[in-house]
Amino acid sequence: MTPLEVIFWIASAVILISAIMMVTRRNLVHAALFLIVTLFGVAVYYVLLEASFLAVVQILVYIGAIAILVIFAVMLTRQVTNPGQLFNKHASLALVMSILVFIGLYLALSVWPEFSAVAPEADTAAAISNLGTAFFVEEDGQPVYLLATMTASVLLLIPLVGAIFVARQKE
Amino acid sequence: MELTNLIIWLIPLPPLLAFFFIVLFTNKNNKLSHSIAVGGAGLSFLGAMYVFYQALTTNHFAEHPFGNAITWLNLGDKPFEIGVMIDPLSAIVLFFVAITVLMIFIYSIGYHNYGQPKGDHDKKGFPPHGAAQDGHTVLSIEPMYARFFAFIGLFAFGMFTLVVSDNLLTLFVGWEIMGLCSYLLIGFWFGKDSAKNAAKKAFMTTRVGDVFMLLGISYLFTEAGTLSFKAIFTEEMISHLAHADSYIPGLSVAGLAGILLFIGTVGKSAQFPLHVWLPDAMEGPTPVSAMIHAATMVSAGVYMVIRMFPLLQAGGHGELTTAMTVLAVIGSITALFAATIAVAQNDVKRVLAYSTISQLGFMVAALGIGAYVAAVFHLVTHAFFKALLFLGSGSVIHGMEHGVLHTGNHKVDPQDMYNMGGLSKKMPKTFWTFLIGGFALSGFPLITAGFWSKDEILADAFANGHMGVFWTLAIAAFLTAFYTMRQITLTFLGKARTKEAEHAHETPATMTTPLIVLAIFAIGFGWVGVPEHFPGIGGILPNWFHDFIAHGLPSFIHFETIHFSWTPLITSLVVALGGLLTGWLVYRNATTAENDPIKKLLGPVHTLLKNKYYFDELYDKVLVKPLAVFSEKVVYEFMDRKVIDGFLHKVAELTFSLGTIFREKFDLPVINEFFGDGTAAMTQWFGEKIRKIQSGNIQQYMIIAVLGAFVALFAFWMTLN
Amino acid sequence: MIPLSNYLIVAAGLFSIGLYAVLARKNAIMILMGIELMLNAVNINLVAFWRYLTPENVSGQVFAAMVFVVAAAEVAVGIALIMTVYRRRDTVSADEINLMKW
Repeated sequence: MTPLEVIFWIASAVILISAIMMVTRRNLVHAALFLIVTLFGVAVYYVLLEASFLAVVQILVYIGAIAILVIFAVMLTRQVTNPGQLFNKHASLALVMSILVFIGLYLALSVWPEFSAVAPEADTAAAISNLGTAFFVEEDGQPVYLLATMTASVLLLIPLVGAIFVARQKE
Repeated sequence: MELTNLIIWLIPLPPLLAFFFIVLFTNKNNKLSHSIAVGGAGLSFLGAMYVFYQALTTNHFAEHPFGNAITWLNLGDKPFEIGVMIDPLSAIVLFFVAITVLMIFIYSIGYHNYGQPKGDHDKKGFPPHGAAQDGHTVLSIEPMYARFFAFIGLFAFGMFTLVVSDNLLTLFVGWEIMGLCSYLLIGFWFGKDSAKNAAKKAFMTTRVGDVFMLLGISYLFTEAGTLSFKAIFTEEMISHLAHADSYIPGLSVAGLAGILLFIGTVGKSAQFPLHVWLPDAMEGPTPVSAMIHAATMVSAGVYMVIRMFPLLQAGGHGELTTAMTVLAVIGSITALFAATIAVAQNDVKRVLAYSTISQLGFMVAALGIGAYVAAVFHLVTHAFFKALLFLGSGSVIHGMEHGVLHTGNHKVDPQDMYNMGGLSKKMPKTFWTFLIGGFALSGFPLITAGFWSKDEILADAFANGHMGVFWTLAIAAFLTAFYTMRQITLTFLGKARTKEAEHAHETPATMTTPLIVLAIFAIGFGWVGVPEHFPGIGGILPNWFHDFIAHGLPSFIHFETIHFSWTPLITSLVVALGGLLTGWLVYRNATTAENDPIKKLLGPVHTLLKNKYYFDELYDKVLVKPLAVFSEKVVYEFMDRKVIDGFLHKVAELTFSLGTIFREKFDLPVINEFFGDGTAAMTQWFGEKIRKIQSGNIQQYMIIAVLGAFVALFAFWMTLN
Repeated sequence: MIPLSNYLIVAAGLFSIGLYAVLARKNAIMILMGIELMLNAVNINLVAFWRYLTPENVSGQVFAAMVFVVAAAEVAVGIALIMTVYRRRDTVSADEINLMKW
């Protein structure tokens, strides 16, 4: 077992266990904290996959923004702890469905020839600069992802405006 | 030219608008109604006079008549055109129609007692009975005063349409409008059974002629492909029609079409044997008699047949064709036969009615022997003096009614000439104008219009060697003079034979003015057609009428100039003067209807004449009764009740039972219960069950969605392997 | 070396757990968090595919970045909606928000 593999298994365990913990918590603040732990585990994955830019973004955007937003929402709705039933009446059926989806995904993937592929050697140090140029710089006169970047920024702006409008307290 | 054409289009319109205005808006207001009607007739009159003046002053008018046409209907490769046309013939007809129509409209105001109080017991559909005023009984206003003006407006529209038409179809439209109006106006006093029956009789008798006329029009259209006068009366078309064989052996297409159209005239102009309706039509108000039975409608029949003259003479090359022979025979018979009946009539209007039939016979006979111009001439002069006579007789009746109301003896018939006598002093204006009209009808030499036109017919007949026609018409002319003088003598001369006649009174100015205007024409119009070779005065006045009308005929039809001959002239002088003198001599001392001098002289023949040769009875026996029996026994009781009704009842029963079976056995159980109710119940049941799915619970939806996706994935995976 | 399958199996597990949260938890905010887990599972896949199959092409990472954007927007709108519903009806329980039904 290489140190990377050890880290991988620890990260996997953290992701799955904290995810299960999150789903089953009665206290929503606890659930949000377990979500943060899960997201942190995913960030570790990104590091293992040598996508360091995404790892940083994962921590900044997810843990720094989204998770905090969720905690605020929990607090504002004043339903930190659920008084009644935690799960709805379809909970057992939902559990079966989820397991079936997992099995289905596993079966679908296992027949795929690349399922057990091994990571090829790659100059991942250059990946960040490649990503940066892919986002903004033209390549052979063609802005490969420039349009997608711009669209994404607009896509981010409009829901935020909409969210403010929806949530605005009317006089 | 453009303006003239526009005016020609507009001439028929004002009376029609007057009709609609009166019917829709002003029928409660008598003054407004008659103002609108007379105004409409006046506008038409002005338009007609303008067009007539243009026709007189335009050079080469006959070669280039006024008028234009629009495409009305596209019948495949034959566009059907309707339009207006004024040629010499229609110009002269328009002239006298416009004048007489306007005069009759004005006369109607007085005739229907405008300005008089409402009657005490007057009801709609009955003639006015008079009203009490200041202790006297005076004439009362017609209860349906406005309606009368509406009807005669529509009638005038029909007549103007007929005259300005440039084709047979619109002519026929005007013709039928007049037929309808004639029905409505004869039956104007529909409360009287006699008027009601007369209206029906007139309508149905003319219908017989109209059906044949429509046949003729259709046949002509089939063969010629057009109904436009201009297109038919070309040399090629006429010769084509004259040489094509018809269904009847020995008769050309032109001949058959001409005869069929002439049968229309026989009905409309009351020629033998369809003359029976016209005397009965005297049941209508007198202006109607004047309008329909003198000036316009009966003239329309003659106008149409004159218009068709090129067709009638087609193929004759100067000789008489079959169609023309038919005309000559029918016309002569009618002229003599109606004149004999007129001698024995005592009703002042009936005498005139038979005289009208007789005079129309003169015109038809004239046309039949090819005396085209003479026929037109007599048509025009007759329209003037006969309208004058009818209006005069209306004035007489009106004066007599005054007397009747004065004495209160309602048993006295104000139309019976034996109840009159000595009216010349009571009603001088009416007397002098009536005298002029009567002399014109008799053909009083030199000064009256009737002399010139009748003389021309006799001259034509003599010059062309149609001696049968000549002598028949001469005898008829003698009888005409005789019964006219009989009428004048009985009515105006001598002493009053009843108290009512003593108290008769001159009629108002609205009635006498039209009489005077028409009297002027009854004299003066003859002078436009003095023949050039007439001894003494011939050539002083140009024979303008002959030039004007004769040029209206297509140039390929030639006339031989008539050489003057003394025989017809002397004949017409003798018959006119002789007839008048005899009439006066015989009747100057007449007392009562029982002592009628002619009655003594003729004995049973008089009874025959008095009863109009029993034509009504004959038609009743031969046509009406058998038809009624046939309708009652065969058509109604056997065909309708037994066969058709029986069949229908059987069909109805069968259908009903079939329907019951279908309903009981098929519709109710299968369609309603199984398909209808079954489907509905199933849908409802299914809806009940399936609506639970839509719970509003988002998570339930998502479970179902995932399940669906999973099933889809599984199916996909299965197909993959 | 860690084979691709490991990442994919963990991502599938994470996805199923998120799905279970979405389907079974009553609280609307928990549903939102479940969606975040599912999006993260997808992201893991995207990045893993990039690294193992086409490391020379950065499109996998670009896709992952797009998912971040969508997730952020989704959370913002979702929480705004939840806040509004809570103000109106005083609840954030998904099975009580069921007005749109028969």
